[in-house]
Amino acid sequence: MSEKYNEIPMAGNILEPGNSEKYKTGGWRAEKPIHNNEKCLWIKNGTCGRCWIFCPDMSVILTEKDGKYSYAYNYDYCKGCGICATECPTDSIHMEKE
Amino acid sequence: MATEDKPAVSIKDMLKREPILSSGHRMCAGCAAPTVVKLMGMALRGPTIVCENTGCLEVATTIYPYTAWKIPWIHVAFENAAAVASGVIEATKVMYSKGRYEHEHVDVIALGGDGSSFDIGFGAISGAMERGHDMVYMCYDNGAYQNTGIQRSGATFTGQETTTSWAGSKIPGKLERKKPLAEIIAAHRIPYVATSEPYNYRDFITKFRKALEVEGPAFIHAFSPCPRGWRSATGASISLSKLAVETGLHPLYEVINGEEWIMSGPSKRIKELKPVDEYFKTQGQFKHLFKPEWEDFRKRIQDQVTHDWELLKKKCGVD
Repeated sequence: MSEKYNEIPMAGNILEPGNSEKYKTGGWRAEKPIHNNEKCLWIKNGTCGRCWIFCPDMSVILTEKDGKYSYAYNYDYCKGCGICATECPTDSIHMEKE
Repeated sequence: MATEDKPAVSIKDMLKREPILSSGHRMCAGCAAPTVVKLMGMALRGPTIVCENTGCLEVATTIYPYTAWKIPWIHVAFENAAAVASGVIEATKVMYSKGRYEHEHVDVIALGGDGSSFDIGFGAISGAMERGHDMVYMCYDNGAYQNTGIQRSGATFTGQETTTSWAGSKIPGKLERKKPLAEIIAAHRIPYVATSEPYNYRDFITKFRKALEVEGPAFIHAFSPCPRGWRSATGASISLSKLAVETGLHPLYEVINGEEWIMSGPSKRIKELKPVDEYFKTQGQFKHLFKPEWEDFRKRIQDQVTHDWELLKKKCGVD
């Protein structure tokens, strides 16, 4: 924050929605989730997605391009809670020490 | 925000929607509250304003100069989210009639934790429900004032250890029972009251959408595990909310107009409740209950839960 007093919006309003993305929480992590493509239902046929639904930090990235499904983590924000690993029905995710 | 005809309940539909909460918020690792908010976002149908009470979710998502919210959001004091939401509804109506606001109707959601809903802001909720403002009040219940250091609240379970109900040689944690808030709000004869939790996310989203669609006030009681305060594993939060349903500690039901009680699918499918011990074993805050001196006390909790469950089944006409 480097604004002067007269540049701060009135009443301390925050005018940019979702600007907390500038604050990286990945440093909190003690264990990181590692994904294995083999059994993952999202990779197979684009179903399940429970890791994405339950991730409290919106750090699971599921993408589809021309019928191909890909999977990634955004380690900038992942706090390593392990909810994705617990909720995965096919045990495709495991936690590893950082 | 675009108008949505249907809530997103399948993963394909969900991925098309932008989550209303962004990454980079500072809720603890493993907290289920951001998941609850994300699921809430899947049910929204158009322009929405969120009024939020002080609580973990409020302070940790909006640490100045950042906000994790992508929809209009207003901070209010600990007790008055319901009152402010009423004001927002009235203000948007007047502004629209004067041509100073573009939306004829805007969904207003009041959000509060269990401290602000069960205890501090209870009067304001009761008042808003009585006045019949068309809002949805959602309480995310993590069982204590976790934000200020795990003090007991009206939502704390019997036998739960908090920093104001220590378990020791004299007492086994909180002695009193949990306030049945959803039932109390249902007694206001408002159009829609429901209990929910994030594990059964389809149930959650459809309930939230119903709450938005009814004319008049609606109330949602969402269960939200807190790994920090409950001394549970961070990865277990979502499965704990499932276990709370299966043990009967947080049964899922809907109440229409305060009269018609409907048990929701996940609870209805339960043939026999799991023993509450299974739930207690997963958390450090209940570990004292397994000492020999509190054996009887634990049995009394089980009896209470079974009794409440039977009573609920009778109300819902399920046998």
